Amino acid sequence: MAKILIENREYEVEDGQNLLQACLSHGFNIPYFCWHPAMHSAGACRQCAVKVFKDENDTRGRIVMSCVMPVAKGMRVSIDDPEAKAFRENVIEWLMSNHPHDCPVCDEGGECHLQDMTQMTGHVYRRFRFKKRTYKNQYLGPLVNHEMNRCIQCYRCVRFYRGYAGGRDLDAFASRNRVYFGRSEDGVLESPFSGNLVEVCPTGVFTDKTLKSHFARKWDLQTAPSVCVHCGVGCNIIPGERYGELRRVSNRYNGEVNGYFLCDRGRFGYEFVNSPQRVKEALLKTADGVQEVSKEEALRLASHMIGMGGKVMAVGSPRATVETNFALRTLAGAENFYSGFSRHEARLASLIVEVMEKGPARSPSLKEVRSADAVLVLGEDVTNTAPILALALRQAAKNGPLKTAMKLGIPFWDDMAIKTATQGKKGPFYAAAPYATDDDDAAVKTFHGPPVEIARFAAAIARELNPSLPIVDGHSEETASLAREVAQALLEAERPLVVSGTGSGSEAVIQAAANVAWALCARGKKAGLTMVMPECDSLGAALIDSKGLDEAFAAAAEGEFDTLVIAENDIFRRMETEDAENFLASFSHVIVIDHVINDTVKAAHITLPGASFAESTGTLINFEGRAQKFFQVFVSAGAQQASWRWLKDMMDSTGLKLQKWESLDDVTSDAAAVIPAFEKITRAAPKHGFRIAGQKIPRQTHRRSGRTAVEADKTVYESKPTEDEDTPFSFSMEGFQGQPPSPLIARFWAPGWNSVQSVTKYQEYAGGPLRGGDPGLRLIEPKVAGAPFFKAVPISFKARKYGWLLVPMPRLFGSEELSVFSPPLASLQAKPFIGIAEEDAERLEVEEGDEIAVRANGKSFGLPAIFVPGLTRGVAAVPLLPGMAMLTLPAWGVLTRAKRRAA
Amino acid sequence: MEGLNEKPLTALMRPDKAALSLAEYERAGGYQALRKALKLAPVEIQRVVKESNLRGRGGAGFNTGMKWSFVPMDSDGTKYLIANADEMEPGTFKDRMLLEGNPHQLIEGMIISAFAIVATEAYIFLRWEYALASERMSKALSEARAKGYLGRDIFSSGFSLDIKLHVSAGRYICGEETALLNALEGRRAVPRAKPPFPQVSGLWGRPTVVNNVETLSNVPHIIANGDEWYRGLSRSKDGGTKIYGVSGKVKRPGLWELPMGTTIGEILEEHAGGMREGLKLRCLIPGGASTEFLTEEHYSVKMDFDSVMEAGSRMGTGTMIAVDDKTCPVGVLRNLEQFFAQESCGWCTPCREGLPWVEKTLSAIEEGRAKPGDLEVLEMHGTSLWIGRTYCALAPGAMEPLRSGLKLFRSDFERHIKEKGCPYKAH
Repeated sequence: MAKILIENREYEVEDGQNLLQACLSHGFNIPYFCWHPAMHSAGACRQCAVKVFKDENDTRGRIVMSCVMPVAKGMRVSIDDPEAKAFRENVIEWLMSNHPHDCPVCDEGGECHLQDMTQMTGHVYRRFRFKKRTYKNQYLGPLVNHEMNRCIQCYRCVRFYRGYAGGRDLDAFASRNRVYFGRSEDGVLESPFSGNLVEVCPTGVFTDKTLKSHFARKWDLQTAPSVCVHCGVGCNIIPGERYGELRRVSNRYNGEVNGYFLCDRGRFGYEFVNSPQRVKEALLKTADGVQEVSKEEALRLASHMIGMGGKVMAVGSPRATVETNFALRTLAGAENFYSGFSRHEARLASLIVEVMEKGPARSPSLKEVRSADAVLVLGEDVTNTAPILALALRQAAKNGPLKTAMKLGIPFWDDMAIKTATQGKKGPFYAAAPYATDDDDAAVKTFHGPPVEIARFAAAIARELNPSLPIVDGHSEETASLAREVAQALLEAERPLVVSGTGSGSEAVIQAAANVAWALCARGKKAGLTMVMPECDSLGAALIDSKGLDEAFAAAAEGEFDTLVIAENDIFRRMETEDAENFLASFSHVIVIDHVINDTVKAAHITLPGASFAESTGTLINFEGRAQKFFQVFVSAGAQQASWRWLKDMMDSTGLKLQKWESLDDVTSDAAAVIPAFEKITRAAPKHGFRIAGQKIPRQTHRRSGRTAVEADKTVYESKPTEDEDTPFSFSMEGFQGQPPSPLIARFWAPGWNSVQSVTKYQEYAGGPLRGGDPGLRLIEPKVAGAPFFKAVPISFKARKYGWLLVPMPRLFGSEELSVFSPPLASLQAKPFIGIAEEDAERLEVEEGDEIAVRANGKSFGLPAIFVPGLTRGVAAVPLLPGMAMLTLPAWGVLTRAKRRAA
Repeated sequence: MEGLNEKPLTALMRPDKAALSLAEYERAGGYQALRKALKLAPVEIQRVVKESNLRGRGGAGFNTGMKWSFVPMDSDGTKYLIANADEMEPGTFKDRMLLEGNPHQLIEGMIISAFAIVATEAYIFLRWEYALASERMSKALSEARAKGYLGRDIFSSGFSLDIKLHVSAGRYICGEETALLNALEGRRAVPRAKPPFPQVSGLWGRPTVVNNVETLSNVPHIIANGDEWYRGLSRSKDGGTKIYGVSGKVKRPGLWELPMGTTIGEILEEHAGGMREGLKLRCLIPGGASTEFLTEEHYSVKMDFDSVMEAGSRMGTGTMIAVDDKTCPVGVLRNLEQFFAQESCGWCTPCREGLPWVEKTLSAIEEGRAKPGDLEVLEMHGTSLWIGRTYCALAPGAMEPLRSGLKLFRSDFERHIKEKGCPYKAH
């Protein structure tokens, strides 16, 4: 720590930090544009000028850009210096010389960093009287809107899109005062992280197109802290609602998880909540078809079904909350509860739980992932299964070169100098997957092969690290030397990380990945082991129960069950159609609680409208093992309520198993008491009774408009806000206006800081953790005892003469159950196809695009062939997309040319 | 040869302005300095050049030997030497003469300089418009390669070097040494942050020295004749001769190699022959467009880095633009600022947004559309587009003529505003 003087008062700052960050950390307001806490300093905008005096005797001082000025002991800084202030005002005046006066019609208005900074500098009158420059805007796809005239050329967009996220199709073009940020031609932005441009851009150049389609100002949005449900990462989000409609999702900073960024699936998947496919009322299937029934009627019928004395089976879901799954388990009894995994998923999930609970390797937070200095990915197409983890890995890949650059005396935050010195060099990041993935370009070397070969490659690495592990024979010298190289790189690292997961569908890959991490631990390394699981509560569901649906099917076939209750699970995605139909048919009554109309809902006798994440509160456990609570954002007009509450109501109505669950916290506490893994779960966030100065935390902003007019078409009286028994939040503007504990931050705002940049004001220091620590509670810590190595090494892959190994190919858009109901994302989904190696085209006598007949698991379907780079001959990739038949993968199948090409 | 002792850089040049061939250059003693240098220790060459007081001829005037001494000598891996031949400073054409007239002098200077910093790869970064220089340089490089003066194990010294010619895409900012590096790497020609300096982290992140063509052309002569001889060529503290130039409405515009420290008056009156008949000198810009105006009262100022600085301007490239009394000074400034606004790279706000504003305001004044407050706007830019406030020196350079022009030609500005137009156009 060093002491510096700011406005002649002494402050402690971190040595070598930049002056801007140091001043912001101490609560000073300095306007800035190009600096970003995750992307650091560029020195381009010149907005953060301050005056620095060498020492006590220096009276003149000099103007410096605080973002590129390292703090030094004894430095005297003045932010209020008249010359510095005048210069900052000049900079805004320059920026505003071409900026349009279109704030009233700009989506950014009210949360615009440029507005805030303009106010901060005091610039009010524009002397520039000449014609403003104008640009042509581009079509960038259904997610991000482009309005270049507003651009202030801070270069943040390209620094994020290319530098941070590895995108290629957005760049800075032209020069002087004609610099243009866009694509070489109109077209959908290719990066899975494109939505972050909306928050990275300090003004309204890049805005959220989904918000635009049902626009509301930030101050009019009702918000609550939430957690993304579209994959297993558990990114923290802030959904915003107005008039009963979810308007957008923005990032909720959590330094240990997503930091400042979200993926496009997570940011734009929310539209499923507004989907016409939503189940909004209880549905009853009768001989005459499906009809809406009242909540009371539905409950009466449902409780009748479960209360008749017949046995009840309950099927939960890896995308349902801990509380919902636990409520199902309570309803049916532990022995009759299934978490809703397919047989194959269940085996993978229980293996991952075993690896996490019994092994010595720690599952790191994403913050720790970002600081890893050697990474090995095994079998996982990370960008498509856990996109924000992929973004974190991209940062980890830069750590090696960063270290080298810092040896030249370049501070890590001096982004342009770091880029010069590192020249885009890659650190030790190795990726192994069945085909070339979007992560490959960040890797220094890649390995492509079918899952067993990935497992064998990993086994060879593990053996390099630990000679007591089995020898892997039959490797080419190339593979063997790559294995040696990887082992060496992992050993040389301080914080090596192994990433694997369910993505390749292979237990052998998971076991081999664990062996590598454990072998590193045995060598005294603090190795991390990240196991990607695909759904928002996959790990939570696996920790409750990991029997597969096959076992449920078998039990149902015994014929003892009368009623089946399913919550938030389309079993047709997890069982083959015929099995699912037979399974459902073996019950007299099927009750389904869900958000959207899917095949399972269609088969239900009674469907209960389950509240989505935005309409309910609950706990999810991400694949790190971090329990995170999301809070209800708004009260929907329909009959939706949380699945667990439907279950409680049913149990209450039967009178048989009266639950003393008055609020969600009671369910959480019960789960914690009953399931050992959940022991600490109640501490993930403050309970519903939490108050600050006796007040609840308002979901609505203090600037919300139309409070008394909103419902004036129905009644002139202002209605009482809905009571919320489950959370410390109110559905109103009233309540505590200051900063709540970190898990309860409903939105980021500070006086003078209306944009997302206000996050800084909620952090312990600029760019650091939220005050009081980042939200979430880790449930699983590694055992210190020795490593329970897996001993088996799979035999190597042999391409078959007639058979093809079909491997799963998860897709960012299309492979997740709920986000496919978001129309903008659905429009970006690929059409079903079968991926083959280009080298196999001849064998199949096809060209790209020709239809191929695929036969597997006794099913047959035709799909167009797409060449997938990196695929091994004899292996075909099956994308997990809507419209594709459910297959348990990997599996052997047969591919043939469907029909002769037209001549 | 007598001439070489007075005008080492230009004495050999052919009267017909054709390039000296390798044979001609060698006959006159060319590549002897290289042979000598390769027997010395690199640090010894650095010392001699430093002692010679050769200062960077691109305009900044930094001691060349000193600049080299910041290159880490213990670093393994590639180091680079780059000849900055991106001569785009308005009014400057001295490097062109050296490139076209005696390409081998530059090549020899580059090999010696590369050896001095143990750089094994070198580039000539050439201005796009210098097509003739490009042709002649390519030919000279082939000649040198064919003779083994470039390539592996030069003169059996164990030292290897190749020089590649890179023709710029043509932007003024590429002459800024760090923007040049970005351009050479195929990136946007935007200057880089300093520190780290190129000597530590330059081309492709490796230690790199960028020297001006004239600077490098001096090196063989310093090595051949010693630092004392070189200092003796000068009439001031800075070593050597300098290629001075004059453009504008003088009788004999051109270039002359003269002792460093020759006075402005001598260059303008004796060598350039003074102003054309009927014209008087209003002012001059001493070293390219981005220096402050001087006037007749500065005739006795010596053209060297320190003396011109003391007189309130910069020697810059040492090629003056003389402005006569019939030319509108506001128009001159507009012309200059239009150039700078157009050549801004667009990276930092003050330069990108400020220079077009300056240009538009000057145009408005020149064309009779002035508004109250316009001079204040210009003055604000003069203060705010200044060193440390902008990312690189382009905008401060652009402000040097403006700042001095606002003082020097105040009455001209006021007449423009009062008379709603350019008084010089009326004639």
